[in-house]
Amino acid sequence: MALIEIRPEDVVSLYHFLEKEAKDGGYQLNPDAEFTKNLVAGLMKNEQRYGYRACPCRLASGKKELDLDLICPCDYRDPDLDDFGACYCALYVSDDIAKGRKTPAPVPERRLPRSERGKTIVTHTIPLSSSPVPTLPFPVWRCKVCGYLCARDQPPGICPICKVTRDRFERFM
Amino acid sequence: MGIEHVSGKNKGKVMLFALSTCGWCNKTKELLRELGIGFDYTYVDLLEGKEQDEAMNTVERFNSSGSFPTLVIDNKKSIVGFKEQEIREAFR
Repeated sequence: MALIEIRPEDVVSLYHFLEKEAKDGGYQLNPDAEFTKNLVAGLMKNEQRYGYRACPCRLASGKKELDLDLICPCDYRDPDLDDFGACYCALYVSDDIAKGRKTPAPVPERRLPRSERGKTIVTHTIPLSSSPVPTLPFPVWRCKVCGYLCARDQPPGICPICKVTRDRFERFM
Repeated sequence: MGIEHVSGKNKGKVMLFALSTCGWCNKTKELLRELGIGFDYTYVDLLEGKEQDEAMNTVERFNSSGSFPTLVIDNKKSIVGFKEQEIREAFR
């Protein structure tokens, strides 16, 4: 495998970019700057070797269609923030951790093991309404990362909320 | 398989399955160094093809979710994730 060189100045610049993007979307990066910059360097390394920013704490397959759920921000970030105060790799953290009132602890892996991948994981914990779905003039698309919904022929190229690409959307209604 | 050895006190066969990009794997490795434990580690993301498959099969035998870091002690006990207290206690 070719040696991948990540320049420290590039890490700092992506770190600041992600920090601003997170804040703009109502999210926060881990306040441990050294730890976080190492994660950012891992994202950059993964972008170079796989072509996309796979989670630095998970093993990517190198096949994008199999790894869509673990491209950062991953499909599991928001439920893990809700349940554990940090995403799996702890790049994104809760307000309590960002402000130093709590420290991140290991987050159990929510992603299905290799043998069970491809199934849909239900992450919601609130009971769903059973009322029938009305006939709609447009299909509704859901961002699998942040839950953003929009009614239009196709999902947007980039999610306006969390900035993930179109391939992270699913048909919702 | 690309296994690196870190020398230190003999506490049995200590094997760390890690990813080269993972912050928690790195913390686990640093903790083992701090404790002065002799251990082996491998970066599974740097293995290719069959070697990577074989490493994943081993990881899954001890940790069905196949996540990292997975620390295997004496081919029996495993500690999944950077559980600092549990790791310290295992090597007391």
